[in-house]
Amino acid sequence: MPCRLKANCMKFVDEFREPALIVKTVDEIRRLAGTTRHYRIMEVCGGHTYAIYRFGLKDILPENIEFIHGPGCPVCVLPMGRIDDGLSIAQRPDVILAAFGDMMRVPGTQGSPLEHKARGMDVRIVYSPSDALKLARLHPEKHVVFFAIGFETTAPSTALTVMRAKAEGIHNFSVFCNHVTIIPAMRAILDSPDMRLDGFIGPGHVSTVIGCRPYEWIAQDQGKPIVVSGFEPLDMLQSIVMLLRQLNAGECKVENQYQRVVPWEGNRAALRAMAEVFELRPSFEWRGLGFISQSALMINDKYAEWDAEKRFELPGIRVTDPTAAQCGEVLKGVLKPHQCRLFGRECTPERPVGALMVSSEGSCAAYHNYEHRKAALTSLSASA
Amino acid sequence: MCLAIPGKILDCEEASGARTARVQFGGIVRQVSLDFVPEAGVGDYVVVHVGVAISRVNREEAERTCQLLGAMGITED
Repeated sequence: MPCRLKANCMKFVDEFREPALIVKTVDEIRRLAGTTRHYRIMEVCGGHTYAIYRFGLKDILPENIEFIHGPGCPVCVLPMGRIDDGLSIAQRPDVILAAFGDMMRVPGTQGSPLEHKARGMDVRIVYSPSDALKLARLHPEKHVVFFAIGFETTAPSTALTVMRAKAEGIHNFSVFCNHVTIIPAMRAILDSPDMRLDGFIGPGHVSTVIGCRPYEWIAQDQGKPIVVSGFEPLDMLQSIVMLLRQLNAGECKVENQYQRVVPWEGNRAALRAMAEVFELRPSFEWRGLGFISQSALMINDKYAEWDAEKRFELPGIRVTDPTAAQCGEVLKGVLKPHQCRLFGRECTPERPVGALMVSSEGSCAAYHNYEHRKAALTSLSASA
Repeated sequence: MCLAIPGKILDCEEASGARTARVQFGGIVRQVSLDFVPEAGVGDYVVVHVGVAISRVNREEAERTCQLLGAMGITED
């Protein structure tokens, strides 16, 4: 398809934002959704949550399609105790803590990594795990700890970096591993008694790595359709069409809308790297969901030297979430973001109390940045 | 967090077993690891996440998705 926007044209992006096709696809969704049935669809990935609000998809879709925002924001599900653990390593004068920008404002009990940096701690923002390894090469007198977070999309890059550190014999580098896996979280959500869902929009980039097979139990055992989806507006709208067609026909299958990027079998080289470096943790705590068995990765014994948890003593303190914040209920879709008692008052993107307000992909921050402001503007123009 | 964007491979190089490429995203060019996409070469589009290409974009499938979208509401009931 020719790209109309010559300057700054993004191939494989702009085609999936075509306004005329969006109108047609929304018409098709309206026709399929009718008026009698209510559809509760969970978008698992935080990237999809962000897209729903950023592109205003909620406003153009019929009201009987309800989005339940899923657990796929790694910053949001990381318990506060793990942030404290990571920061406790960084308190050592010989340590540089390297973290993604997303992590910098996540509150620990004594403040966020950014606030610790302001107090003099050496915390650096990196774009990739390999940038953290570069820091270790540049600072042989220091020990660089990479604060690793993310699902299966990100974990292979961490694995690759650890393998490279070993191959190059870089010993002043280690990883504080907080990688999590999506399937056990989806299982926990489906097992939750207060959860009512009709189907899933499956995570596109996680599936690039793990493929589509790991979702088959959701269709076969749980009777829920799932459509693995891309992140552009037309990707998501087409996925909704595919879900509605399945639901209306009483079917439940795993379908792949994002075939241009997601192979059914996933990425073998990435899966091999993960298998080389990681093993499953017996159990890991998720904010809002509690302990989920075999839901996270740790560095295996072969690479123990690059495991920050083995190199440093961690306090390992469990921190309960602020009781006033209702992150757990929002995370499970029981409450909408604005129904939390702290939303937009004590808890804002500028001063987040709960993690869902920190990352732009957290449902509270996405809601606050787009819906909440829109509501404020509407009431302003009404009173003008 | 799982944000990944498609970019075009401008050139590739291999050094000490690692394959990297310069990849163009709109007006930005970045160095990217190709270790997970051994099949990708110059001119291909790859989807990049935290400095690593995790998938080569399949042009035929992209075209097919666009065609399906174009036919929305016409060919299927």
